[in-house]
Amino acid sequence: MSDIVLSVENLRTYFHTEDGVVRAVDGLSFDKTIACLSILRLVEVPGVIEAGSRVLFRDRDLIQVPDKEMQKIRGNDISMVFQEPMTSLNPVYTIGNQISETIRAHQATNKRAARARAIEMLELVGIPDPAARVTDYPHEFSGGMRQRAMIAMALACEPGVVIADEPTTALDVTIQAEILDLLSDLQARLGMALIFVSHDLGVVSQIADRVLVMYAGQAVEGGTAAEVFERPSHPYTEGLLEALPRLGRRQPRLAVIPGSVPNPKSWPAGCRFHPRCPHAWDRCRDDAPPLIVAGRTCRCWLQDDPTRRASTGTTPLGEASP
Amino acid sequence: MNDASGAGKRRRLAALVPGLTQLRRGERLLGLSLLMATLFLVAVLVFAFDRVWATFTAGRIDYWLALFTLIAGLALVWKLGAATAMGAGVVEGSQSQWTLAWREFKKNRAALLGLYLMAFLYVATLLGAYLTPHDPIAIGDVAATRHLPPSLDHLMGTDRFGRDVLTRVLFGARISLAIGFIAIAISITLGTLIGAVAGYFGGVVDTILMRFVDMLISFPRLVLLIAVIALFEPSISLVIAVLGLTLWPSTARIVRGEVLSLRERDFIQAARVLGLGAPRIIFRHIIPNVMGPVIVAATLGLGNIILIEAGLSFLGFGVQPPTPSWGNMINDGREFMVTAWWVSTFPGLAIVLTVVAFNLVGDGLRDALDPRLRIRT
Repeated sequence: MSDIVLSVENLRTYFHTEDGVVRAVDGLSFDKTIACLSILRLVEVPGVIEAGSRVLFRDRDLIQVPDKEMQKIRGNDISMVFQEPMTSLNPVYTIGNQISETIRAHQATNKRAARARAIEMLELVGIPDPAARVTDYPHEFSGGMRQRAMIAMALACEPGVVIADEPTTALDVTIQAEILDLLSDLQARLGMALIFVSHDLGVVSQIADRVLVMYAGQAVEGGTAAEVFERPSHPYTEGLLEALPRLGRRQPRLAVIPGSVPNPKSWPAGCRFHPRCPHAWDRCRDDAPPLIVAGRTCRCWLQDDPTRRASTGTTPLGEASP
Repeated sequence: MNDASGAGKRRRLAALVPGLTQLRRGERLLGLSLLMATLFLVAVLVFAFDRVWATFTAGRIDYWLALFTLIAGLALVWKLGAATAMGAGVVEGSQSQWTLAWREFKKNRAALLGLYLMAFLYVATLLGAYLTPHDPIAIGDVAATRHLPPSLDHLMGTDRFGRDVLTRVLFGARISLAIGFIAIAISITLGTLIGAVAGYFGGVVDTILMRFVDMLISFPRLVLLIAVIALFEPSISLVIAVLGLTLWPSTARIVRGEVLSLRERDFIQAARVLGLGAPRIIFRHIIPNVMGPVIVAATLGLGNIILIEAGLSFLGFGVQPPTPSWGNMINDGREFMVTAWWVSTFPGLAIVLTVVAFNLVGDGLRDALDPRLRIRT
């Protein structure tokens, strides 16, 4: 997996609203859905992908590609699975119809071949008796099955990259586990790259090879899953991990990161995390730290000056241990 | 043994007549309507046999139309009877939204009545040439036949030129329904397309189209119609064109509103992500999803158009005499309301029945197609 399929550089999506410019995506970042849609160039007005953004897919800059070309890339080379399986399928068409439609939009096949492929895809994502279920309407599928059908749709053209935007959030835990297994299994079998967007650190640690942590529209830390989860280097990541409840560890109260996410219309000066950071000092207030990509990817001045780490570092609220 | 074979014979006999099997099973509504439809069509075939036979020699297009309707009607009733007699009404397999909507619709007795009225009206209109022996336009011995009260020969009496009112009502229905049908087809097509485009693209396109719609809506409709028709020679095609081209804005508004909420739905976003183009998304994903409200608007609009057409013809701007239309027939009998009430009354009743039928069906469809209005039982 050394070939880089997709690389995102300096992607910036701003929403020019009446009250001011909302910087939804800044630099190499994933502000959830917006970032995913920015990669596919589907941001709508007042959202604008700023000049200088680069999304390289197989050495082609998707930001520069003409609209017609881009439409061919969507679904065929880069595809996406949505968060809400309940509403992501068109209620008036059968499941098979919708999978075939994607295939037929990108490949010159006849109806019958597309349908056969649709059945094959349903089988691949583990729908029992796919030949019969292919004529079912979405409302006849359960939530988990709909998500499977969505995955079948997204994978029907064997894309190189699949973006999954919180694909398991709307599902209950057992179904979630099944879908995760399915996704990682398919990812290995079809040799595609999977971008998995999630708030759920448990899910992320289970599925990801490499992790990129976002804060306030920016990437703050990246690395392999093992590195990020076992040796976090950014205070935000530390805070996140600290805030997780753990089995077998009694706590009167879960640790929290103090404060709340700042208003995207006016991010704080300097480091965007500094008002909530337990280690912040003057430099953090004035200068924005760059994203340093050297072994570990991190956006923090502590990388320069580890001695500044506050002694009570890992428990920001300084809670009294019993 | 003997008893069993007798029952078997009766069952086979019942299978021959649509509706009997259903009645035996206790499905009274379905059975009765199938039986009535069969009886009606067979009665027409028997009582108007000479005219059915004459179809082959008379060379009149309305005779052929009537024959076709008769055969198609019988075939349809037969097929429905056979299909529902076999394995009850439950169809195994997938249920599209239409199946579900039909199930809802059936529960609404008033709407069902409206549907029967509508079906009867269309069939009677199409069979018109077989149903009455009189000519709608030709004038005979006026002195002897004018203003005859309703009798067996003239079920609805005759008008001041001695023409049979029933015949004219049936021919008028043909014209009113045809005008309504074509005009609504034009206005629904235009309205859906324009509304969908405005709603999907939004922004400048939306603004331009919707201001145009506002402009059209802000004209008093009847005055606009009269003004346009006064500019040209009044004719049926002009009435159709004017009605079709002025009624689409309300549909466009409904569709636009629906599309505005549809386009934010995840499955439209998903269609975009999967690389479908705008035309494909509009025609394949948006329009089928707004069909519910559009069909309701069309049914209700049809009643409305028939009313407007009657009004125009009454005022002398619509269908021109001697071609019968319900509106100009009412106008014909206006002066004789006291001495010959039947001339105006029957076309008036026809209008009322038709409009009520369309409104009942429209209301029923709205309840059936809108899950938010669905009453859970």
